[in-house]
Amino acid sequence: MNRNEPLVLGIESSCDETGVGIVRGTRMLANTVSSSMEEHVRFGGVIPEIAARAHLDAFVPTLDQALRTANVTLDEIDAIAVTSGPGLAGALMVGVSAAKALAVATGKPLYAINHLVAHVGVGVLEGTVLPEQFGALLVSGGHTEILRVGSLTEDVQLLGATIDDAAGEAFDKVARLLGLGYPGGPAISKAAVEGDRKAFRFPRGLSLPKFVGTAEKPGKHRHNFSFSGLKTSVARCVEHFEAAGEEVPVADIAASFQEAVVDVITSKAVRACQEHGLTTLLLGGGVAANRRLRELLAARCASAGIGLTVPPFELCTDNGGMVAALGAQLVAGGAEPSGLEFATDSSQPVTEILR
Amino acid sequence: MNGIYLSIDSSAHASVALVDAANGTVLAERTSPAPNDQTETLNAYVAELLADQQIQGPALAGIIVGVGPGPFTGLRVGLVAARTFAYVWGVPLHGVMSLEALVQRVLDTEGQVPSEFVVAADARRRELYWARFDASGTLLEGPRVGAADTLPALPVYGAGAGLYPEQLEQAGAQPVASSAEWLAEAALLGRRGLQFLADGVDLSDTAPRYLRESDAQVPAFMRKAQA
Repeated sequence: MNRNEPLVLGIESSCDETGVGIVRGTRMLANTVSSSMEEHVRFGGVIPEIAARAHLDAFVPTLDQALRTANVTLDEIDAIAVTSGPGLAGALMVGVSAAKALAVATGKPLYAINHLVAHVGVGVLEGTVLPEQFGALLVSGGHTEILRVGSLTEDVQLLGATIDDAAGEAFDKVARLLGLGYPGGPAISKAAVEGDRKAFRFPRGLSLPKFVGTAEKPGKHRHNFSFSGLKTSVARCVEHFEAAGEEVPVADIAASFQEAVVDVITSKAVRACQEHGLTTLLLGGGVAANRRLRELLAARCASAGIGLTVPPFELCTDNGGMVAALGAQLVAGGAEPSGLEFATDSSQPVTEILR
Repeated sequence: MNGIYLSIDSSAHASVALVDAANGTVLAERTSPAPNDQTETLNAYVAELLADQQIQGPALAGIIVGVGPGPFTGLRVGLVAARTFAYVWGVPLHGVMSLEALVQRVLDTEGQVPSEFVVAADARRRELYWARFDASGTLLEGPRVGAADTLPALPVYGAGAGLYPEQLEQAGAQPVASSAEWLAEAALLGRRGLQFLADGVDLSDTAPRYLRESDAQVPAFMRKAQA
């Protein structure tokens, strides 16, 4: 096996995207994604059983397309990598069984890897040399996490995470409240353009001194997030206007809600970086598409002297390329393959980079 | 017909077999004792059986896969694996309704097969997957999913008979006690599938037989938004 510039095929199925990516070393050759997003629209959120059914039907066509795009054969592949968690159990199992079958059928080694660390793995693509230590902020429909990355393959630490809803989930729920449709992120963002982000002061979750503490004596939730109180506060606000028989100021509420989310995420991420000596921050996850998040994060990182890296959007959302990219790092680092008998883990911790 | 077929069924437990089409001999088989470890076991069984029998995947004459009905998550594990093997090895894939494995066992075991009978498997949620057949094993009705007391008043074979014997008897059905542990096994399904292929039956459809929709309900606020 080529451990210098391994040719790795990565498989992702932890939520509603079926992804197959192919990477040679740090160069992306193909990144094919089939999404069942449209099928979830009428439910206003991802339905796990619908996502799992879609993975079954999408897997072989997505694999075939990725191989054609990369113009490589399965014989040439050095290793296979697959997301084993965290994610939706039934969805993960389709990708993992497919990956195991692919490993059996080709005789190639299989690596079971962590979805969140894979999001960070895109940072090495195109030969980018990562600093010795850096931070990662992952914001999506399923995740809101701050990580400290000492080594992509050996040392990842969770600094903070949401204790209830993910940020993207909060966007979805508030979009429903405002009748803006699904997915909520783009809908809120669009409505907010016309709104005043200072019109309402919505709560910044877990920002009180009792939760935050000080740098010397950090509170329990210093780097953690909570968005469920924010969602409730928005609901009360909407009800207030409805009860008074007044028109709901959708644009102002959308802008003020978005500001509350983005404010707390960016301030906590920057503080976590500062207190852990991290001078580079990588942004990942679908909510990275939010313009206001990128804008405020860039401004706050700049004032704090933190370098900000935002990968291209198609690498921020779930995809197989990120799984292949992390897989290639693990292969190059001499990691042992996972075998055929590992289980999925819907809450796989970031400390378990490889199962 | 000639050649070795790989048979996979995960509608009940993870089950894998290699069957010789020339005489229907089962060369090797593995079935998990547990109902919920398909993801962990099934592909390793395939690797083990092929290695033990010194068979290369591309040399297989075909793959026969159980398309359910069965609990969704486990069923998909076998289906996605079978589709992937067929794609990589370039061998034909044939789908067989999983309850047919139980029919094969009825035909193998019973000296006098009833003129009509039902086979039933666990559908969880206090329901059964079932189908009705005639003495020759021809499908007359189903597969369906429903409570035990909705089954026809006929002899009932398979794990379903062992799960709800009283409800079946109350409905006039006759659960066959000796079959109470029978599961859809790949060896039985493979032999049944080979018979279908020999008879020229079209098995090209490998779509899963879920029989139930996903549980998702469109929430009230979405109905309001769409109205």
